[in-house]
Amino acid sequence: MTSWVDAVARRARRALHRLAPGWGRRARRVVSPWRRSLSLRVVSITLLVSSLLVAAFGYFVAKQITAGLVVAKREAAVRQVGSGAATVQQQLSALSGAQDPQLGASVRDVVVNLYSVPTRAGTYEVKLVPDPRIGVAPYGGPATDQTRIEVPAALRDTVNHRGALAYQFTTANPDGGPKRPYLAVGEHVDVGWGVFDLYYLFPLDDEVAAANLVRNTTIIAGVALVLLLALMAAIVARMVVTPVRAAARTAQRLSAGLLHERMEVRGEDDLARLAASFNQMASNLQNQIVRLEELSRLQRRFTSDVSHELRTPLTTVRMAADMLYAGRDEFPPSSARSAELLADELDRFEALLTDLLEISRFDAGFAVLDAEAVDLAPIVQRVADGFAVLAERLHAPVRLHAPDGPVIAEVDPRRVERVLRNLIGNAIEHGEHRPVEVHLAADDRTVAIAVRDHGIGLKPGEEKLVFNRFWRADPSRARQTGGTGLGLSISLEDARLHGGWLEAWGAPGQGSQFRLTLPSRNGDRIVSSPLPLVPPDADVLPVAPLALPAGPSSGDDRPVSGSPPGAGRHPVPDSDQAHVAATAGGDRDD
Amino acid sequence: MLVVDDDPALAEMLGIVLRSEGFMPSFVADGERALSAFRDTRPDIVLLDLMLPGMSGIDVCRAIRAESGVPIVMLTAKSDTVDVVLGLESGADDYVVKPFKPKELVARMRARLRRGEDTAPELLTIGPPGRQINIDVPAHTATRNGAEVKLTPLEFDLLVALARKPRQVFTREVLLEQVWGYRHAADTRLVNVHVQRLRAKIEPDPERPEIILTVRGVGYKAGTG
Repeated sequence: MTSWVDAVARRARRALHRLAPGWGRRARRVVSPWRRSLSLRVVSITLLVSSLLVAAFGYFVAKQITAGLVVAKREAAVRQVGSGAATVQQQLSALSGAQDPQLGASVRDVVVNLYSVPTRAGTYEVKLVPDPRIGVAPYGGPATDQTRIEVPAALRDTVNHRGALAYQFTTANPDGGPKRPYLAVGEHVDVGWGVFDLYYLFPLDDEVAAANLVRNTTIIAGVALVLLLALMAAIVARMVVTPVRAAARTAQRLSAGLLHERMEVRGEDDLARLAASFNQMASNLQNQIVRLEELSRLQRRFTSDVSHELRTPLTTVRMAADMLYAGRDEFPPSSARSAELLADELDRFEALLTDLLEISRFDAGFAVLDAEAVDLAPIVQRVADGFAVLAERLHAPVRLHAPDGPVIAEVDPRRVERVLRNLIGNAIEHGEHRPVEVHLAADDRTVAIAVRDHGIGLKPGEEKLVFNRFWRADPSRARQTGGTGLGLSISLEDARLHGGWLEAWGAPGQGSQFRLTLPSRNGDRIVSSPLPLVPPDADVLPVAPLALPAGPSSGDDRPVSGSPPGAGRHPVPDSDQAHVAATAGGDRDD
Repeated sequence: MLVVDDDPALAEMLGIVLRSEGFMPSFVADGERALSAFRDTRPDIVLLDLMLPGMSGIDVCRAIRAESGVPIVMLTAKSDTVDVVLGLESGADDYVVKPFKPKELVARMRARLRRGEDTAPELLTIGPPGRQINIDVPAHTATRNGAEVKLTPLEFDLLVALARKPRQVFTREVLLEQVWGYRHAADTRLVNVHVQRLRAKIEPDPERPEIILTVRGVGYKAGTG
């Protein structure tokens, strides 16, 4: 029922809105509680429907009773007129004819007699109208004002011409007041020597009063009934709505983190079952949450402890190794070389430990984004400068292409810097002694940094694998920077934490490009990147580039969204699904 | 100098390294005795491990800072924002994450000790008219309305750096270099936390700073009204 009421309301609203644009605001003030309160809807609908029903019923009852009253009155009146006609015929037929000197007196006597007949048809007026040829005036009784009541012409015609009993409802105001309804009945009386028309006029005052009484009673009873029904509906709705509201409130508090919130269970009815099921659900949820929180806390604690317990002795070892390294000139050659190896490998060990702890921090879900508005250009410049020595050694100069002026975004500068160190470091290492291009660009909502190398590139399918932990393109290749194999996995997690993307493109012999896209405002969703993933100078034929986003770290078989060959200028991701992995920071599917 | 660390091997190794660099360290292994040792030895600089038995490093740091402006360098195994910021907010001037290289630690400590070289008389003011802070650089005092504002040496340096060039906007990186002595940009949280601490001491309303203004996306500058 509500649905069609709503539908009608909607349509009416739309129609009214077209007619009067200002109506919308006023309507919303009325409509908003209607949409928000179930009790209001129930009460209103009950009120409407019961009003219609009661009105129809009352109308029918009143009509029936009035009709009954009228029929009874008419039947009594017809009987009265019949007996009156018999009296007239009996008394006047005794006269000798129209010339009888007694005629005038007899007519008066008859009428007076007719007034005194006991009757069930209530009070009445009588009018005896002789045939005009008889020559006696019509007589209506001794009270002069009675003669003022006119017999309707139509009735007179019917009685006169058809010579039969007839009746008609009429109105009259014999005493000068407002017109009152009358029932006029006429009968044609043949007294042998002439004809008379006998008319009775029955006032319907009692019947009108009775009908009014019935109508008023019905209206009062109907209104009372409707109000009672509405009240009952309100009470019933309240009985249902109160626990539902309590459930909604409890659910809100639960979702706000108050896990101990429960509903009150009273009785054994459906509402009690609702409350019991709700509480059951809340308990299960609470147990799960508490269990997960405990797990997460343990994991966090473990990571933190491992971190501290490992780092303290490592610090001692590190310092000891540095002391030995500093004094290696005084050692015999084998010991000196050992000191060198010790110091070098400690660097690797340290880097690995740092990365492992960082990854486990992401896995435990307590990596925190420490975002602030910063200019990205100096960060990129700084990272590039940091690699100057290595770049020179490998003849892979880093070329920066940034717009004039600051590129400001709300990011965690330490994480962005770490990602860039990774990308630029990898690009130099795999760049085959060719320049590394770094592009920085921004639009209204996003910033992007693309790092391009011209090395051996990536084989099809490797764009996804590069983000896997400990994945190496070619295990036999000599490593220059001593990476841990975790760098890109961490970078991907850093991008996710920002709600950003980290994607890879590569083609054999053409090098590769990594693109980091981040929202300018922390918390925004990004839908496109200001930089193309496939570099414009890439020859996309004959090998179709796979412009796919960085998948999750472990090998999954997510559908690959490939750009069609030749269309790789701005491979804005067309499938959201493929991007979910890199966009949403929270959802982990590995 | 005073080293507060609970790990005996690390403490011994620190001793070897620091002595070879010409420091004269004294050691204490737990937090409770750290404060009395500090009062006894009156060190020029404190090296403080954040994780200690007894009293936590944070509490020790607060206690020392309550009675002295001595430079404090934290040693921490955690580089998480919460831990680092908590340490800095409790009064540490700088921090070093384990495992650190000995040279790095020594460089950090020397940077904190390198002070009082410029003795040329210099009087600076900072802040909008009416709310100005007067700074006497050689005397290392800052006054507001004639009353001295107690600042740690680091906070004082930060304020002086900003006050010397009132129209210039300082990036966090530049401040790190000038005040902390980092040659390569390090952790900008150092700047953020110390600016907050400084504002809490000199601003009439730290929520709406008037003396040290934030330039969004760039850094900080002195407020001149």
